[in-house]
Amino acid sequence: MIEIDNVTLRYGDRTVLSDISLSLGEARIAIIGANGSGKSSFARLLNGLVLPSEGTVRVDGMSTKSDGKDVRRKVGFVFQNPDNQIVFPVVEEDLAFGMKNLGFSKEDIARKTTEILARYDMSDLREHPAHLLSGGQKQLLAISGVLVMEPAYVVLDEPTTLLDLRNKRRVTRAIDALEQTVILASHDLELLQEFDRVIVFDEGRIVADDTPDKAIPFYVERMS
Amino acid sequence: MLDLYAPGTSILHRMSPGPKMLALMVGATALFLNQSLVVTLAALIVVLGLYRLAQLTMKQAWQQLRPLLWIFVLFFALQWWFSGVTLAAYVVLRLAALILLASLVTLTTRSSDMIDTMTWALGVLRPLGVNPAKIGLAISLALRFIPVLAQITQDVREAQKARGLERSVIAVAMPVAIRTLKMADDISDAIDSRGYRP
Repeated sequence: MIEIDNVTLRYGDRTVLSDISLSLGEARIAIIGANGSGKSSFARLLNGLVLPSEGTVRVDGMSTKSDGKDVRRKVGFVFQNPDNQIVFPVVEEDLAFGMKNLGFSKEDIARKTTEILARYDMSDLREHPAHLLSGGQKQLLAISGVLVMEPAYVVLDEPTTLLDLRNKRRVTRAIDALEQTVILASHDLELLQEFDRVIVFDEGRIVADDTPDKAIPFYVERMS
Repeated sequence: MLDLYAPGTSILHRMSPGPKMLALMVGATALFLNQSLVVTLAALIVVLGLYRLAQLTMKQAWQQLRPLLWIFVLFFALQWWFSGVTLAAYVVLRLAALILLASLVTLTTRSSDMIDTMTWALGVLRPLGVNPAKIGLAISLALRFIPVLAQITQDVREAQKARGLERSVIAVAMPVAIRTLKMADDISDAIDSRGYRP
């Protein structure tokens, strides 16, 4: 369970999020909102990449302020642009990065690398230069790099925005199949139809928090 | 990575990076100390033989030299002009042997293994306040993001070309710098969120 209590977030004089209180416990939660509505900042609060100016964010009881390292292990984060997330030049080296940081043994790193590449049908790309992958493959590598760290929650910030239709479908299937609790910030309303809960942000505030059949039409109406 | 590593199972691929990097240092020094054209030519042949040992093709060897072809031509022409054809051949062959030798190490060594070795070797500088892990990550990031930055520059250049600004250095440099700085924030967050602790 992720609990957000009276969180306000400011960048200098600009208030990005105002007095947000929520409990996130469902398996599939979506965050939607216009550009600049605060959804990406909210997503970054959940694994402690951004700390609240006021209030607290707790993940299974751990505060993002005082237990940042443990929180980041529990909450994996996938960025919009995979090129900004892949930090090693070769596929298997990048997958190993997070696991090495967590102190996994060489045998575990090799085994988990084999498993995750097989899962996404990328076994033949193990020694491939990361910059030569397609957009979809890069996003799957970014997701894989997070999953091998065995998080309980996966937060994804607009993971399909930069992808063509084929790659979008491939990444969508991968997200659908995740065993972890998924919190997805997205503009892609089609992707969210089967989610358990949709939270709508506008100007740093929550303006709707409901099931997709109610929250999405509300959002569409508000944007028109 | 600029396609530096060529996956394989040869004896050179299986060798640990330390001896290979040490051999490169010794070989490069010997090449510079040597003054004989015949020895330089022999060294070049030996290096090409090592490419065969590493199950690499002569085409792959040529690919290492091709981007520097104009430098070879320039060096050869200048040396020929000033010192004669023998010295010109000696200088160019020595440079080619050196580049091929260095490329052989990178072609047969994963960048992560090379970085691990460098990080280990830099451990001796720890008492001076040097953090080898940080240097290792910096090298890795440089290798990873050279092609990404090249792509960004290409994208910006094309966008400015469409606006008739392809000749303006500032019109290309400024957007590239801004995009790079924005990207750096995300990369830093990504490293942080993947459990990195220097």
